[in-house]
Amino acid sequence: MKRILAFLPIVIAVILGGFLLWGLNPDRDPNEIPSVLISQPVPAFDLPPVEGLDTPGLSSADLAENDGSAPIVVNVFASWCVPCRAEHAVLTRMVREDGIRLMGINYKDKPQDARNWLADLGNPYERIGSDLDGRAGIEWGISGVPETFVIDGAGTVVFRFVGPVLGDEAIGKLRTALEQARQNGAGETS
Amino acid sequence: MIPEIGQFALALALAVALVQSVLPLMGTARNNVIWMRSATATSVLLTVLVAIAFGALMWSFVVSDFTVVNVASNSHSLKPMLFKVAATWGSHEGSLLLWVLILVIFGLGVSLLAQNIPLKLKARTLAVQAWISAGFLSFMLFTSNPFDRVFPAPLDGQDLNPLLQDVGLAMHPPFLYLGYVGFSIVFSFAVAALIEGRVDPAWARWVRPWTLAAWVFLTLGIVLGSWWAYYELGWGGWWFWDPVENVSFMPWLAGTALFHSAIVTEKRDSFKSWTILLAVLTFSLSLLGTFVVRSGLLTSVHAFSVDPERGIYILALLAIAIGGSLTLFAVRAPQMEGGGLFAPISREAGLLINNLLLATATATVLFGTLYPLLLEAVTGEKISVGPPYYNVSFVPIMLVLVLVMGIGPLLSWKRADLRGVLDRLKWVAGLSLLAALAVWYLDTGGPALAVLSIGLAAWLLGAVLTEWAGRIRLGEVPLAESMRRARNLPRAHYGMVVAHAGLAVCMIGFVGSSAWKSEVVVFAEPGTELEIAGFDVRFEGVEDLRGPNYLSRMGTLTVTRNGSYVTTLRPERRAYPVAGSSTTESAIRTTLAGDLYASIQEPASEDEQGRWTLRILYEPLVVWIWIGSGLLALGGVLSLSDRRLRVGAPRKRTRPAPAPVVAE
Repeated sequence: MKRILAFLPIVIAVILGGFLLWGLNPDRDPNEIPSVLISQPVPAFDLPPVEGLDTPGLSSADLAENDGSAPIVVNVFASWCVPCRAEHAVLTRMVREDGIRLMGINYKDKPQDARNWLADLGNPYERIGSDLDGRAGIEWGISGVPETFVIDGAGTVVFRFVGPVLGDEAIGKLRTALEQARQNGAGETS
Repeated sequence: MIPEIGQFALALALAVALVQSVLPLMGTARNNVIWMRSATATSVLLTVLVAIAFGALMWSFVVSDFTVVNVASNSHSLKPMLFKVAATWGSHEGSLLLWVLILVIFGLGVSLLAQNIPLKLKARTLAVQAWISAGFLSFMLFTSNPFDRVFPAPLDGQDLNPLLQDVGLAMHPPFLYLGYVGFSIVFSFAVAALIEGRVDPAWARWVRPWTLAAWVFLTLGIVLGSWWAYYELGWGGWWFWDPVENVSFMPWLAGTALFHSAIVTEKRDSFKSWTILLAVLTFSLSLLGTFVVRSGLLTSVHAFSVDPERGIYILALLAIAIGGSLTLFAVRAPQMEGGGLFAPISREAGLLINNLLLATATATVLFGTLYPLLLEAVTGEKISVGPPYYNVSFVPIMLVLVLVMGIGPLLSWKRADLRGVLDRLKWVAGLSLLAALAVWYLDTGGPALAVLSIGLAAWLLGAVLTEWAGRIRLGEVPLAESMRRARNLPRAHYGMVVAHAGLAVCMIGFVGSSAWKSEVVVFAEPGTELEIAGFDVRFEGVEDLRGPNYLSRMGTLTVTRNGSYVTTLRPERRAYPVAGSSTTESAIRTTLAGDLYASIQEPASEDEQGRWTLRILYEPLVVWIWIGSGLLALGGVLSLSDRRLRVGAPRKRTRPAPAPVVAE
C-alpha cells in the first residue's frame, strides 16, 4: 500500500504536466473569449430607437435583410463607458474614410445621456437600437462594453471584438474581418 | 564591451555548474574527498561569475546602454536612477538572471555556512543545486539572453512598464525570488537525502533554518506585492486570487506545512517521507510559478512577454526536476520507516492535522488555478475561477486550521491531555464568543463569515497568549520568576508566539477590509462633495505637474469629519509618454481603524475637461494585514535567531531514540 501511495505524487505530476504541455499550444490564446455567435445568423432582437433621437432603431431584420453587398459593423456602446469615447473617434473615422456601415446598440443607457453623448461626439451610426434593460445584450452574449461585431451580407456574424477598437492591431483585425465578410457576400451573390 | 563580459561570464557559469553537477557525485561514489570538496570551490566560482553577469547587466541599465535590447526595451534615459537599477530585474531576461543569482548565492551559503554537515550529504546537496543552476543558465543562454545586442541602437529606450516604476514593486521580485529560490536548497537537501536513502533528525535540523529563511523572504515578497497592488492599481483590493498571485501563495502554504512537519522529523524522528515530499513539492510549486508566469499559460494581469518556445523549455526543466525527484521519492520513500509513535491526541497529531489542512488548502488553490486550463483541455469551455470559489473552499479550511492552531501549541508530545488543554482555554473560548457576538451586534446584517472569523481570530490570539502565559507560569509564581522564565524561553518559541499572533492580526485585517468596505465612485467636478463612512470629502480641483519621465495630474481632496479638518488627499494620475501608458497613484490616509483611500481617473475625453472619475473607499482595519504579515515574518526571523540553530551539533533529546548520526 505504502509503495503504491509513494507513486501517487509522480502520477499526479505527470497528469498535470500533460495538461501544461497541451496548454502551451502556440495557437491557443488564453485571453481570447470565444463567441458562440461566430458563423451563426444574428440573434433575434428588436430594439426601439433611442428616445428623442432621429436615428432609427435596430432589429435582427435590419441585419439579416442586408442587400448582400456591404458588411455591417455592429457596435455596442454606452455613454457611461469610458473606453467607448476613445473608440468612437476610430469608428467615426472608419465610417468617413473607409465607408463602413456602422450600426449601434446603446447598452443600458439613459436616453438623455445617450443623446448628449452623441450630440457631443457626433453620430456616425446608421441605426441605433436602445437596449435599456440589456436583453439584446444577453442575446448577443456580450461580456462588457464596448464590443464590436461584423455581420456579412447574408446576415451571419463573422467576427467579434471584445473591448475598444483602438490601436493598429485592433483596427487591422476589424479591417481583415470586413474584407472576409465582403468576400463571403461576393461568393453568395455570384 | 561590458555586456560581452557579462555574456562570457554566463557561459563560463554554465560550464562550472555542469562540473559541479557531476564531480561531487562521482566523489561520493568513489569516496574521493577532493572531488566532494570541489563543490565548495565551484560554488564560489559560480557565484562570482553570475554576479559578474548580473553586475554587467545592471551597469548597462545604469549607463543606459541602448545597444542592449533588454535595456532599450525596458529603460529610458530620463528614468530616476532607482528605477534604472530596478529595471535590471523588470524584464523576463533580467529577472531570470536575478533568479539564478539568488540560486547560486543560496548554494554558496550552504557550502560556506554549513560546516557540520556530513561531507557526502553536502556534496550531493550542492550537486543537485548545480543541476538546477545548469538548467536555468542554459535556459537563459539559449532562449532568453539578457545581453542580446541591437543594431542600430535606438536613440532612447521604450521605458519600463510604468506600473513597475514603484519602490514597493522594485523590491517585490527580489524578495519573492529569495523565497522561491530559497526553497531550492531544501529541495536539494531532500533529493540528496533520497539519493542517500536516509533521513534522520539531524537532516531535519539542517533543513529547517533554510526553510524558515526562504519562508520569511517569501512572506515579505508576497506582502510587498499585495501592498503594491493595493495602493498602485487604484482598486483598493489587496488580493485578487489571480493565477500569478496564487502561484506565489502555493509555495508559501506548502513551505508553512514543511517547516511544521520538519519539527516533528527533528524532534520525534517521524513524518520522514512526508517531510521529504513537502520539501520536493514546495520547490516544485515555486518552479510551477516560474513556468506559469513566463509561459503565458493562464490569463493574468501580470505576465512577461509570452513565448511558447520558452514555455516548452521551462516545462522540460520542470519535467526533469519534478518528475525526477518524485520518481526518486516513489522508489525510496517506502524504505524510510517512521520513528516515534504517538497517541491520537498529541503535539504530533496536532501538527499532522496542520499539515493535512495546509496540504488540502494548497491543493485547493492549485486546483482553482489550473481548473480553467483543465476544463478548456477537456471540454473546450473557457471560464475563470474567482473569489467565490476560494471563499467556499479555501477560507473554511483555513478557519478550521486557525481553530486547531489555538490548541496545538498547548498539546504535549507523544500523549496530551485534551481535557486539561480545553480547560485552560475555556476563558479564551468565552471571550472569543463575546467578540463574535459583539461583531454580530454591531453589524447584524453583515456576512456571517465575518462574525465567525473575528471570533476565531480572537480565539487564536487568546490561545497564543494563554500558551505563553502558561510557559512563564504567569500568576502562578512571583512576577520576577515569571520574568526570568520569559527571558529564558527559547527564541524559537517566541517566533511561534509572534507568528501565530501575527496570523490572528492578519485575519482581523482580512475581515475588516473585505466585509465592511464602503466605496463611492463619482464623476466629480471641482466643488463636488460626498460622504463616506462618516467623512465628508470635497473635491477641490486638479493641477498639472511634471515628473522626471511622466506628466502628473494631481487632484486635491479635503477631508473633514463633523466639520473639523482631517486631512488632504492628493491622488494622482501619471501619464508616461514614452511607455504610452498611465498609472494611478492613490492617496491613502492610514489609521489603525481603517484606510481612507482615494484614486482619480482623467476626464473621459478632451471635451469633458473638469469631469473626473473619483473612487473613494473606506477600508476598515486594512493596516492590520500589513502589521500581521510583519509579525509573521518577524516570527520567522526570531525563530531563525534561536541559539539552537547556531550551535553546531544537534542536542540529544530526552527521547530514548538512536542518537542522530552527524559525521560519516
